[in-house]
Amino acid sequence: MSKEHDHGMTIIVKTVTRLTVGLIFLYGIYIILHGHLTPGGGFAGGVIVALSFINLDLAFGGKVSAKIFSRGSTSVIEAFGGIMFLALALLGLRWGGFFDNFLHPDGEPGMLISAGIIPLENIAISLKVGAGLFAIFLTLITLQKFESEKK
Amino acid sequence: MITENTIPLFVALPLAGAFLTVLLKRIKGIPDTFGVMASIGTFVMSVFTVLQLETGQKIICNIGNWGGFQEVLGKIVGIQLVVDGLTAFMLVVVNLIAFLVAVYSVNYMTRYTEKWQFYSLFLLMLAGMNGVLITGDMFNLFVFVEIASIASYALVAFGTGKRELEASFKYAVMGGIASLLILLGVIFLYSYTGTLNMADMTLILAGRDHPALLYFVFALFLTGFGLKAALVPFHAWLPDAHPSAPAPISAMLSGVLIKALGVYVIARVFYNLFGFPHEVSLILMTLGAISMGVGALVALRQWDLKRLLAYSSISQVGFIMLGLGIGTPLAVLGAIFHLFNHSMFKSLLFLDSGAIEYAAHTRDLKEMGGLAKKMPITNGSSIIGAMSLAGIPPFAGFWSKLIIIVAAVQASHMKLAAWAVLMSIVTIAYVLKAIRFAFLGELKEKFANISEVPVLMRVSLIILALVCLFGGLLLVPDLRNGFLGNAVEVLTRVSGV
Repeated sequence: MSKEHDHGMTIIVKTVTRLTVGLIFLYGIYIILHGHLTPGGGFAGGVIVALSFINLDLAFGGKVSAKIFSRGSTSVIEAFGGIMFLALALLGLRWGGFFDNFLHPDGEPGMLISAGIIPLENIAISLKVGAGLFAIFLTLITLQKFESEKK
Repeated sequence: MITENTIPLFVALPLAGAFLTVLLKRIKGIPDTFGVMASIGTFVMSVFTVLQLETGQKIICNIGNWGGFQEVLGKIVGIQLVVDGLTAFMLVVVNLIAFLVAVYSVNYMTRYTEKWQFYSLFLLMLAGMNGVLITGDMFNLFVFVEIASIASYALVAFGTGKRELEASFKYAVMGGIASLLILLGVIFLYSYTGTLNMADMTLILAGRDHPALLYFVFALFLTGFGLKAALVPFHAWLPDAHPSAPAPISAMLSGVLIKALGVYVIARVFYNLFGFPHEVSLILMTLGAISMGVGALVALRQWDLKRLLAYSSISQVGFIMLGLGIGTPLAVLGAIFHLFNHSMFKSLLFLDSGAIEYAAHTRDLKEMGGLAKKMPITNGSSIIGAMSLAGIPPFAGFWSKLIIIVAAVQASHMKLAAWAVLMSIVTIAYVLKAIRFAFLGELKEKFANISEVPVLMRVSLIILALVCLFGGLLLVPDLRNGFLGNAVEVLTRVSGV
C-alpha cells in the first residue's frame, strides 16, 4: 500500500474520489470557458474547480492537495486573478473606455471564440474565486485542527 | 485633466495597489510604498477634480462603452460613474485622510506583524469608499458598500486579540444586517422603477405618486445606511469596533467610513433620488438630536480614550444629520462643512490616541498624565483637534456648528437649536476631561523614558492640525463657491429646497 493511504478517509471514498475528481475539475474548466455562451461563468466555474481541490483534501488528507496547491500559492493566484481582471479593464481605456471590449466588439452568438475579453475576464474571476474559496477552506480546517488538538 | 476616462482610476488605483501588495509582499518596503503611492495618487486626482469642476457640471463615464445604446434603447444600460460637486468634495475628504493615514501607518504599523495584509485591506477599503462616491448605479453602490464594509470588518479584527475579534464579529453581524436591508431596498426600487441608474430613477420617481412601497424603501434605507452611519438606535457596533481597530484604521472608520457609507449615501439618496420628502426630514432631525445627546452624554463617562472618541463620533454625526434634516441651503452647508471638519479633527484625535498608545502603551485616561512635557507635538495637535471638536473659535469646528445652529434658528426649530448648543457644551466637558487626564498634571514615573513618536507620524499629525486650525477659511466666499458651494448646490438644486 502506498503511503497516501495513511491519511484521509476509507479506501472506498478514495477510489471514488480518484475517479471523479478529474471530471469535476474539467467540468469547472468547461463552465469557465463557456461562461459567455451558457449559464455559469468565472464565479461558478471557479467554485467548482476549488471544490475539486477540497474533495482531494477531504478524501486524502491535507498533504496530497498541498502538493498541487499549497496555502501560500492561493494568495498569489488570487491576487494574480484580481490584477488580470483589472488590467483587462484598464487596457480598454486605450481603445474606448473602462472595460471596453477591445478584442472583439461585435461577437457572434453561439461562437466560442468571438466574445473578446469576456472569456478572459471569466478566467481572471475563476482564478480569484477558486483560489479564494480554497484559501477559506484551508483556513477553516486549520482552525478545526487547532481546536481538536486543544481538546 | 480629469476626463471621463480618468474617473475609474479612483477605484482602479487602490485596487491595483491592494493586489500588487499581495503579489510582491516579500520585497521589503513594498507594502508601505504601494499604500502611500496609491492613496497620494487618488488624493492628487481628487484635488484636480475639484479645481476643474464648475458649478453644476457633471463628468459621466459609461463603463464598458455602453453609452451609445442610450440613443437606441431610450434608456441607460450599463453602469455609469458620475462625478459632480458633492462627489468631488467627498473624494477630497476621503482621499486626504487616507493619504495621511497611510503615511502615519508606515511607522505605526511596525507595532503589528503582516504589514502587507494591513495595506492591502486598507487599499481595498479605500477602493470601496471611492467606488461608493463615484458610482451612479444603485446596485453598484451596494457592491462598493460591501467591499468597503468587509475590508473594515477584517481591519477591526487586525489585532486578533479576544476583544478585537468580539468587536469585529459584532460589527460584521450588524453590518451584514444593514447590507441585507440595503439590498432589499434596492430590489424594491428596481422592481418599481425598472432601472438601476440613479439619474433615470430620479426622473421616473419624480413623475409618479409615492405609494406605500416607497415609504417601506425609505425605512429600509434609513435603517441600513443609518447602521453604517451609526445613528443612535443603530449605533451599538461603533463603540466596540472603532476602539478595537489599530489607530490609523480607527481614524479611517470614524473619520471617513461612516460618512462615505452612511451620511453621504443618505444625503445622496434622500435628497437627489427621492426629492427630500417631509417625513424623512422629521426622522433625520429626530435621530440627529437623539444621537447628539446620547453620544455626548455617554462619552462623558468613558475612561478609555478611544472609546470616548468613538462615542463622540456618534454625537457629531448627530450634528451632521440635524443639518441635513433641517434641509435649508444654509443647514446643508453647515452639515457638509461639519462633515469635512469632523473628518479632519476626529481622524487627528484618533491618530493622537494612537501616538499615545505607541509611546506610552495605554489607552486608559486614568493611567496617563503629564504627557505634554514628553510629547509636545502630540500634545499640541491633540489640543487643536480637541478645540475644533469642542467648537471653540477660531477653530474650524466652531464655524460649522455655528452655521448649523443659526440654520436651526432660521428654520424656527428653536428647541433643536438650544439642544445643539447644550450638547456643544457637553462636548467641551468631555474634551477637556480627555486633555486634562492625558496631557496635563504630574508626569508619572513610568513615563519618564518615553519620547515623541517617529517623524512620519508627526507629519500626519501636523498637517491635520493645520487643517483644523485654518479650516474656517473654507467659508471665505471665493473658496466656498468652488468647494463647499458646489457640494451644497448638488443637494439643494435637485431636491428643490
